[in-house]
Amino acid sequence: MEKARELNPSELMHEYLRHKKRFPHLWCSGCGIGTIMGAIIRAIADCELDRDSVVMVSGIGCSSRMPIYVDFNTLHTTHGRPIAFATGIKLARPELEVIVVTGDGDVAAIGGNHLIHACRRNINLTVVCINNNIYGMTGGQASPTTPQGKVATTARYGDFERAFDLCDLTAGAGAVFVARGAVYYARQLEKLVAQAIRKKGFAFVDVISQCPTYYGRFNKFKSPVEMLYWQRDNTVNVKAAPKMKPEELEGKLITGVLADRDYPEFTELYDELIADLAAGRK
Amino acid sequence: MVLMQGNEALARGALDAGVRFFAGYPITPSTEIAEIMSVELPKVGGKFLQMEDEMGSLAAVIGASLAGAKAMTATSGPGFSLMQENLGYAYMTEVPCLVVDVMRGGPSTGLPTNPSQGDVMQARWGCHGDHPVIALAASSVVDCYNLTVRAVNLAERFRMPVILLSDAVVGHMREDVTLPEKIEVVDREKPHVPYEWYYPYDDSTTAVAPLAPFGTGFRFHVTGLTHDRAGFATTVPAEVDRAIRNLKRKMDRFRHEIIQVEHAHLADAEVVVAAYGICARAAEAATVEARRRGYRVGFINLKTIWPFCFKLVQRVAETAKAIIVPELNLGQLVREFERAVCDRAQVVPINRVDGETITPRQILDVIGELARPGGGA
Amino acid sequence: MVVVRFAGYGGQGLLTAGLILADAAAVYDKKKVIQTQSYGAEARGGASRSDVVISDEDIIFPKPDHLDILVAMNQLSVDRYSSALAEGGTLIADGTYVTTVTFPDCYLVPFTRIAREKLGREIVANVVALGALIELKGVVSKKAVARALEQRIPQATLEINLKALEAGVKAGQEAAKAREKAEEDYDIV
Repeated sequence: MEKARELNPSELMHEYLRHKKRFPHLWCSGCGIGTIMGAIIRAIADCELDRDSVVMVSGIGCSSRMPIYVDFNTLHTTHGRPIAFATGIKLARPELEVIVVTGDGDVAAIGGNHLIHACRRNINLTVVCINNNIYGMTGGQASPTTPQGKVATTARYGDFERAFDLCDLTAGAGAVFVARGAVYYARQLEKLVAQAIRKKGFAFVDVISQCPTYYGRFNKFKSPVEMLYWQRDNTVNVKAAPKMKPEELEGKLITGVLADRDYPEFTELYDELIADLAAGRK
Repeated sequence: MVLMQGNEALARGALDAGVRFFAGYPITPSTEIAEIMSVELPKVGGKFLQMEDEMGSLAAVIGASLAGAKAMTATSGPGFSLMQENLGYAYMTEVPCLVVDVMRGGPSTGLPTNPSQGDVMQARWGCHGDHPVIALAASSVVDCYNLTVRAVNLAERFRMPVILLSDAVVGHMREDVTLPEKIEVVDREKPHVPYEWYYPYDDSTTAVAPLAPFGTGFRFHVTGLTHDRAGFATTVPAEVDRAIRNLKRKMDRFRHEIIQVEHAHLADAEVVVAAYGICARAAEAATVEARRRGYRVGFINLKTIWPFCFKLVQRVAETAKAIIVPELNLGQLVREFERAVCDRAQVVPINRVDGETITPRQILDVIGELARPGGGA
Repeated sequence: MVVVRFAGYGGQGLLTAGLILADAAAVYDKKKVIQTQSYGAEARGGASRSDVVISDEDIIFPKPDHLDILVAMNQLSVDRYSSALAEGGTLIADGTYVTTVTFPDCYLVPFTRIAREKLGREIVANVVALGALIELKGVVSKKAVARALEQRIPQATLEINLKALEAGVKAGQEAAKAREKAEEDYDIV
């Protein structure tokens, strides 16, 4: 991918898109997913991955349509199950670079069990969750990350339930790399995804994204731009946070690398077992 | 010759057929299969994965298959219900895999350690949407071996999931068996064209399009949405119609090769006992005894349940007076017999749902009601 | 054809007893064999049974509707399965737990007590029963059972299992002698 690295970001996007075949895409104007797709592509280029060895796996939802547009091995699976599909691919062929693109409904509601067990298993996957706090594809229903009191088509009076903090969840479940990014900080996001790809083990990146069509409209955001400003005003970089007072941090989302630690990786342990058995050591 | 358990023979068959990936979730009475695979797979460089549930298990199996491995899972009724979601995905995306269902009494948790044949229709119609099905049924320990090899081969050849139905008796039963020394092993066809010409769902040159493993230079798209021949979602009516009909066409064309039925004494039979799985053993024993007593009785063991052996049953109905269909359910496959026979012969079900097996004596009693020794009414 | 049933509580080693008998008959005595089992959800306790059909010819149906020999490890199994015994069948029951028997051809042998007192491990009562069974009824050769044990039982406990087999055979001999004597006594009366 030497050539790709010499290209400017926009040219680089075209290098990796199936743009002759599959466009226009289906996302609404002002949606955050396109920006995240750009960040993922630049991260892949930055990691110098051979595109034939990259598998992008997704579940169901707006975010999960991303594999259609990128020129990798792509797998658009069933609702909530992309991590399980990805686990099968990775274990069968550990040399493949498997990246899961999912949404808050996909990975935290119907797929929540697969998420925590993949963290526990520590299989070398990169999971990027496009977290827009709502179900977009089905028309704006509440999701497990809809903030308390916010409005959705199934929470007209404001959502009663507490929202999941997906970074706390995955860190608690044992993910070796956990980061949070935001569409507003596209270049930081690119770096976080690249770090996640390079990390050996289960890496999770929660990306604050915007759904202007549903979440924005229901919750009194005037425009996608206003939603992006909200991201800017309600996030604090993990490096700045320690210097801030508790009241300044109240209600803020921390971005950056939130967990980075090492633990034996599943496919490597399995390959060791195979080698041990072959050598009669077990 | 060895003494082997049904589930053990099944695992052996899978390994010999080239299965190198197993993902599953423990469930009685199928668990021995997972346990054996967890020991044996790493010895041959294969991979075993215990997943968090059955949805994840079949998902991992499909993922591994797309990565090029011959892959399988094994479960029982409750798990088979949970797998219907991704089973449908495998039908739609035409990914080869083996799903073993060691049937127990149901519905719900039912009778975990007792046999049943309650999943026959779930195997056929469990997924939403229209699609063809291949389902085999094992009635002995040797069957568990041979039919597993066959199921893996059919899956690879026709690029689709294949279901192997067993039950708590067959799965846990031990028999003295002599396994075949040589078996035929089929590997899926890989593309012979350059990347630019590759269409993963192309049906124009062969009925079954070659499937390229991920990571081999064919960067194609797989989706559970109805897709065109390149694999991308489509809602164009002509393309949708073609995609769905092609799934069925593939099956129709090779139906005669897929259907495998064992039968005896059909030529002179006044009454025919047609069964599958453990009931086929009772049916055969009843047939042998009835013929000894002078009744003209024939016998069919359906080793392939789906697709159903329609033509054979129609032929039988031309000459036989009655077809007895013993099943460990309240009448599932018997409906297919009724459809095939169309009142040209009497179709008599024998059903049992108390967790025990149908006995030869039960079948003999019904034979005695329907026929006379020496034949003729 | 001979049909043998081992029945008792889960955890008494009935499935193992059935497996060893089946293995001995199939692999070492070259018979046609089918072994089936039935058990509850409990790993310990609950009703458990293992049936072994041994024949010189192919066995078509794996679950015959009668028994030739019932090896019962508790009273419940005696009560439940005695009626399945065919005419001319034999009941061999664990005298440690079984007090009431109604079947005419019956041996009471205290398998569990022998295992506990002579071998120091109650867990091998199943193999004691196996030894008594082959001594009293034949079915398979002792050599075949010993070889099946060697094949199927982990090395660490093989010795005690082989001893249990011997103890069972001896207990069987004693039971047969006791029966003979009782019959003689009866004749005198």
